[in-house]
Amino acid sequence: MEETPIKLLFTQGPSTTSRTVVLVLASVLMMTLDHRQQHLQSVRAGLSLMVAPIEYLVDLPTNLGRWIDESLSSRQQLMEENTRLHSQNLLMQARSLKNADLESENQRLRELLGSSVKVADRVLIAEIYKIDLNPYKHLIRINKTARHGVYLDQPLLDAHGIMGQVIKILPSYTTVRLITDPGHSIPVQISRNGLRTIATGTGKINELDLPYLPNNTDIQTGDLLVTSGLGGVYPPGYPVAYVTDIKRSPGLEFAQIKAEPTAYLNRSREVLLVWSGDRIKHMKTRQTQRDRNDEQIEQTATPTQDDAP
Amino acid sequence: MKTDTQQGGLLILVTFIAAMMLTIIPLPDLLQRIRPEWSALVLLYWCMALPQRIGVGIAWIIGLLLDVLSGSLLGQHALSMTVIAYLILNMHQRIRLFPLWQQAAVIWMLLNLYQLLLLWFDGITGQPAKGLSFWLPPIAGMILWPGIFLILRKLRRRYKVK
Repeated sequence: MEETPIKLLFTQGPSTTSRTVVLVLASVLMMTLDHRQQHLQSVRAGLSLMVAPIEYLVDLPTNLGRWIDESLSSRQQLMEENTRLHSQNLLMQARSLKNADLESENQRLRELLGSSVKVADRVLIAEIYKIDLNPYKHLIRINKTARHGVYLDQPLLDAHGIMGQVIKILPSYTTVRLITDPGHSIPVQISRNGLRTIATGTGKINELDLPYLPNNTDIQTGDLLVTSGLGGVYPPGYPVAYVTDIKRSPGLEFAQIKAEPTAYLNRSREVLLVWSGDRIKHMKTRQTQRDRNDEQIEQTATPTQDDAP
Repeated sequence: MKTDTQQGGLLILVTFIAAMMLTIIPLPDLLQRIRPEWSALVLLYWCMALPQRIGVGIAWIIGLLLDVLSGSLLGQHALSMTVIAYLILNMHQRIRLFPLWQQAAVIWMLLNLYQLLLLWFDGITGQPAKGLSFWLPPIAGMILWPGIFLILRKLRRRYKVK
């Protein structure tokens, strides 16, 4: 048996302090570089590969649960679901037929007015990783990256409304800032009267603030806020939130207005990335570059100008 | 001596991985707000128990991985981790002798400092957190400390990590 060696009391004596100073300075330098410019993206990408197994393990139970759920559901259940989805699909198709008609009419009217707004958007389905990031910032991760044509500031939707915008693209995942993040603002307009304003995040997952509307604004609870398209990040016309609470206190400069996002920010698993306007072309070239079949990409049923009679 | 110090590295690694998993595991909103800083707690324990092995360098690396995991600025967690590791390394001989509740109080102070540094850099980069819920995780960490301490000590003794 080897005898236990004496543990020296002062093994790291003076060097710990100097090492700490060096590491602190290195951290400050890295933070500055990371904040000011995007030089450290490759470092982050490398490190993200190291933590990828951890993320995978945490994400596993949800994936596994879904897989078990799918594989254990009986034929009866599947049949029922199939019929339900089939009828739903039929309904949707009928509605989208109507929609196509309305959109072409809209296009014609816009042409008459001399304004050219493209309504056609392309979408791609992405999946959210079920992991919690910083609780004070509302960030999520999705599994589509630059390979799929994702670009910085790209808007993200779910079936019910706007969710957020892309802020970081790494080789293995993309980080998205939700509209409820305290550092996020989105230009909106009230769909009832077209009044434009800005909705900022509050840090609560079900609440947005409308801080810049004066007390005498024409706004009611239940008003739908849609994206106004100003700022160039979000395409116009997508639902963002419903106004839930209005307080007009004469002592304050602005009314205090709260709104609730229409998107299921903390419930959706599948989300949609949107390409609109010029970005569609950009995405098409990306697509031809990588020769992969993508049945996930669908053109929304929208007539182009050629369809207009 | 060299071979002896390598013993149990795997256990330390596993505890850190477990801490990181607990850091990102999805929780309901309320629990998410009081989620303790698991990685910091585990780091503080190992720094206190094995100061000759776990030092500021490892604290920095763990912090950097946390930065990537949580999507914060690169270096933000790294700096905070380094600072608390440095402080506990300087006083580990005293803290080891404290009764558990007193240890927990010291840990609470260190976790507060950790949160403060994180909050500070969030503020500098223009994304301040709103509300006072920022101060709940250190309290949760303090309450959990005796349990974490006892579990990790048991593991350390069973696997003879030195």
